[in-house]
Amino acid sequence: MAGNKQVVSPLPGVFYRKPSPEEEEFVTEGQKVKPGDVIGIVEVMKSFTEIKSEVEGIVSKFTVESEEVIDVGQVIAEIE
Amino acid sequence: MSYFNKVLIANRGEIARRIIGTCRKLGIKTVAVYSDADANAPFVKEADEAYFIGPAQAKKSYLDVESVMDAAKKSKAEAIHPGYGFLSENPDFVKACEDNDIVFIGPDYKTIDVMGRKIEARKYMRQAGVPIVPGWDGKLESADDALSIAEDLGYPLMLKASAGGGGIGMHVVHDEDELKKVFSSAKQRASSAFGDDAVFLERYIANARHIEVQVFGDHSGNAIHLFERECTIQRRNQKVVEESPSSFLNPELRKELCEKAVKGVKEIGYTNAGTMEFVVDDDTGEFYFLEMNTRLQVEHPVTEKVTGLDLVELQLKIAAGEELGIDQSEVRQKGYAIETRLYAEDPKTYFPSPGTISKLNLPKDEGRFDFAVEQGDAVTPFYDPMIGKIIAYGEDRAAGINSMERILDTIEVEGITTNLQLLKNIVKDCDFKIGKYTTSYLEEKQEAGAAFSS
Repeated sequence: MAGNKQVVSPLPGVFYRKPSPEEEEFVTEGQKVKPGDVIGIVEVMKSFTEIKSEVEGIVSKFTVESEEVIDVGQVIAEIE
Repeated sequence: MSYFNKVLIANRGEIARRIIGTCRKLGIKTVAVYSDADANAPFVKEADEAYFIGPAQAKKSYLDVESVMDAAKKSKAEAIHPGYGFLSENPDFVKACEDNDIVFIGPDYKTIDVMGRKIEARKYMRQAGVPIVPGWDGKLESADDALSIAEDLGYPLMLKASAGGGGIGMHVVHDEDELKKVFSSAKQRASSAFGDDAVFLERYIANARHIEVQVFGDHSGNAIHLFERECTIQRRNQKVVEESPSSFLNPELRKELCEKAVKGVKEIGYTNAGTMEFVVDDDTGEFYFLEMNTRLQVEHPVTEKVTGLDLVELQLKIAAGEELGIDQSEVRQKGYAIETRLYAEDPKTYFPSPGTISKLNLPKDEGRFDFAVEQGDAVTPFYDPMIGKIIAYGEDRAAGINSMERILDTIEVEGITTNLQLLKNIVKDCDFKIGKYTTSYLEEKQEAGAAFSS
């Protein structure tokens, strides 16, 4: 899909779409994001790293579920 | 004598291997439980039996009470050793063990529940005559409540989550503005992280040392201490170096501290292994109860080295209903032991470093090594970054530190980033050698020169 920007994880670990189980998701599909907006967090050995969008656009879809195990370089979401 | 025929270990990594070691010595069969990520881990191979309990995420495997209980029932284990972390201080898990007629190797669930709530624990210890950090244990419903109480107590203060622990859920507040700023978010975070939004205030001790007392109680009302461990050298409230004896305590202070700890244990009718943690004011030498850990502690090997006792064996013995069989006067603190924790992380940023250990060389003739991994093993991103503990011993502190220096200089680890160089820098540091340090030691050293961490 031309024009789409993939967000990839720089680390292996567990991906979360919410800051904590009781809170709202950082972003939902169809939502607009700017560079620097947090779209999720990755837990690696009890440390949490924010995954931020590098571009401006609309989050067209998440390619991994929340709490799913992810690898380095795995695509997390696509931004149009 | 073997206390049980078969014990399940509801844990992983180095502590699972450690527990398997003592069980084997006593002729007890062991059952490991493992997640997807640990299928090839050394502890799984070393146990007599192993049961798969779920995916890599701890929540769905090592923290899942039902999965662990299923494995225990299937394997017909008579007892469960919880290790540390995971389910070790979870009252619901202990209750589940009781309901299924499986012995939980630790205290009863009521004690775990009470000690897990800091406000309650403080009340119990105060009643027992154990000094607690001056503070306020009442309900802090609103920021206004907190502000007026803080005014009476005087700043700086520590705002803590009652259900927190191990350095999580704490905020230092220096004035009204800071307290106002963090109060509601602290309450909210406590609620989501621990399921309990109770917070309390206690005096912040700026120049603090962290000294803890190892205790044991049996089901016949006997209680003893196995002396202290000093764990002052920490990074982000996580211990890095542990020693016994502490270089800070003189014999009188040591006696007072250990006796107070035993008094607290007797008051609550504590059974099995526990650790009473104290904060000691470096300026005045006053000590205050901080919290009690109702389980085996990561740093228990230093106590084993100086007392010659096997703490896991004592745990099994008490869990089996036997009396301690050791009189306080028989427990000796001989020589000096030190433990350093090898973390798979960048020592400057603390950024974790999962990967495969391509090379791991440990000295053969000196030191004790409680390691989760061996050469060629993977350090997965799912659990604690601690990959091993290095324990050295000497007839006195200087000799013990020298031994640790030699050991650390010999160790080779490749393939992942570790804090090995930081450990070397600490044990070679003059301030460390003369015992001049507080809990801010690492921060201060890093501020003085970035090279300390690399």
